[in-house]
Amino acid sequence: MRIAVCIKQVPDAEGRLQVAADGKWIDEDEIKFVINESDQYALEEALTLTEAHGGEVVVFSLGPDRVQDALRKALALGAKRAVHLADSAFHGGDAHATARALAAAIRSEEFDLVLTGAQSDDAGYGATGSMLAGLLGWPHAWLVMGLEVDEGGGSAKVTREMESGMNEFFRLQLPAVIEVQAGLNHPRYASLKGIMQAKRKPVDRPTPADLGLVADEVGMAGSRLEIVDVAFPDSGVGAQIFEGDPATAAKALIEKLRNEARVL
Amino acid sequence: MRESLRQLIDTEINPYVDAWEEARAFPAHEVFKKLGDAGFLGIARPPEYGGMGLDWSYSLVMAEELGHIQCGGVPMAIGVHTDMCTPALDRFGSDRLKREFLAPSIAGDLVGCLGVSESVAGSDVASIRTMARRDGDDYVINGEKMWITNGGQADWMCCLVNTADGHPHRNKSLLIVPLNAPGVERSRKLDKLGMWSSDTAQIFFDDVRVPRHHLIGEEGMGFAYQMMQFQEERLWAAANTVTGLDNVIRETINYTRERQAFGRSILDNQVVHFRLAELSTEVEALRSLVYRATELMIAGEDATRLASMAKLKAGRLQREVVDSCIQYWGGQGYMWESPVARAYRDGRLLSIGGGTDEVMLGIICKYEGTLPKTR
Ligand SMILES: Cc1cc2nc3c(=O)[nH]c(=O)nc-3n(C[C@H](O)[C@H](O)[C@H](O)COP(=O)(O)OP(=O)(O)OC[C@H]3O[C@@H](n4cnc5c(N)ncnc54)[C@H](O)[C@@H]3O)c2cc1C
Repeated sequence: MRIAVCIKQVPDAEGRLQVAADGKWIDEDEIKFVINESDQYALEEALTLTEAHGGEVVVFSLGPDRVQDALRKALALGAKRAVHLADSAFHGGDAHATARALAAAIRSEEFDLVLTGAQSDDAGYGATGSMLAGLLGWPHAWLVMGLEVDEGGGSAKVTREMESGMNEFFRLQLPAVIEVQAGLNHPRYASLKGIMQAKRKPVDRPTPADLGLVADEVGMAGSRLEIVDVAFPDSGVGAQIFEGDPATAAKALIEKLRNEARVL
Repeated sequence: MRESLRQLIDTEINPYVDAWEEARAFPAHEVFKKLGDAGFLGIARPPEYGGMGLDWSYSLVMAEELGHIQCGGVPMAIGVHTDMCTPALDRFGSDRLKREFLAPSIAGDLVGCLGVSESVAGSDVASIRTMARRDGDDYVINGEKMWITNGGQADWMCCLVNTADGHPHRNKSLLIVPLNAPGVERSRKLDKLGMWSSDTAQIFFDDVRVPRHHLIGEEGMGFAYQMMQFQEERLWAAANTVTGLDNVIRETINYTRERQAFGRSILDNQVVHFRLAELSTEVEALRSLVYRATELMIAGEDATRLASMAKLKAGRLQREVVDSCIQYWGGQGYMWESPVARAYRDGRLLSIGGGTDEVMLGIICKYEGTLPKTR
């Protein structure tokens, strides 16, 4: 089976973020970027599926040149090819514009399945995958914790985690778009062999025109959502931080809840 | 490559280090298998045996990254396996011997160790007493090896033995000894100042038979092969140290920045931030030396002089950096569980193991032509 995996490169959660000069996004200069966490699980799931059922994995990512690193890593992990939507016309878009670009790129090939992470660790809209499914006109499942492709590859059984420990199971007709949650498998390490081979694997960089899109359908021009302002919340207001190891901190918290807040 | 190693270290190694320190050993087979599966145990070894066939600069990167492991014992154990007990086997071993021992070690199925030192001979390698005598198609080994890293768990040893009488530089050989052979006895784990995650054992050989084909290369060449094999060992140790020192300095900056005294952070005292800057400068100088030695090694030139200097400098600098850092941590640094205290305990080995500082100085002097003539 042929599986498309959409990955996004996001700022490393451990880095120190700063608001950019224009106040509309973070300053990307000094920060480290990594593959979005749940996307790593999507890629692992795709690799395991093709190992079991045959076929290949193609990774897609939209973003500037730095995204190359994420794609190389995915290739080192075992993806066969990468498609990088690098043209500046693609940049700065909202979830819908991004989904439109991805849908066009995915539609230009044949796939049995599209896997993505459930949401990005930076913007966190959790919308790109659903919009992608809508644009492709394929069935879709979100927050997936288990995935089995049925014999013959015509359908898949997915498990979704619901509230209070209940699971929901259902069967989807393929092709479909499935958005997975972090934790559904154990992402592998890139082997040294994989890392070496990745250097020679192809990365396509189609333009909007190559995908039959006009430039103002994608990127910032094609967006319906505009970020007006980003800012850090005021810190320290009304907050108390308990120092020490968890046991000590918990004790102090209980003490406060009992004696100051009087809620216990 | 760095990223993949870091991921492996952060998920498969670092979370368990405290427990392994406590247990005085780490599960070498389990950890090596994971490294082997990812292709990290045969970086500079030929593809015929499952290696990657890359030059030593990639091994250097691995040695550096292993410095992120939060103790000295585990990286040392890995380094012994990849760059200390295997280079001679790779360079001079027969195809058969490499298939039997090198290939499974690269895959992470077998754990190796290096047996040079004995309780009677450490620095003075030429004076080892373990003897292997030919008997039909076998060698029969009698003797003992001391302070053997991985000794409690290893499946095989690259063992330096005497195979004849005569000149001590020309009577020795390297043999691969399977450690499950009858007559091999391992002592209890030796109690050490540091390097607790690494098990260190004394190993006794009582009429241990190994087949003749376990000889690496030629008989009588063991001393020379081992002296060559020491170069990777020493350069590996220096490269591994550089990262550890970077980390100790960084953690010290973080700690002293938070810790307040006399109305300001400890770090804000010029004596502290200047000293740390000076130490970082020294670490950078060591790194450059390691890189130069690596370039010589890759070019196939004799790296002995620079590798010995790097090992010497690494041992000394390790002591200097960690000692200064512990000072700035104050009482917290003296606490058993603090990362600087662990680095202090573990790092002390560097000036002793793999050839002492004094042995390094002797080698350097030989190259400088300043050793007094022996009569
Ligand atoms: C934790 C640990 C792990 C080890 N792992 C291994 C291993 O895996 N395999 C292995 O083979 N060995 C191993 N060793 C042994 C190590 O290589 C030796 O301890 C080291 O080579 C020093 O030998 P020695 O202990 O016999 O010291 P000695 O040779 O007794 O030396 C004692 C001191 O005298 C100094 N000295 C000796 N000769 C001179 C001289 N001519 N001039 C000036 N000073 C001199 C030395 O430099 C040293 O400071 C390990 C040791 C330790 C502690």
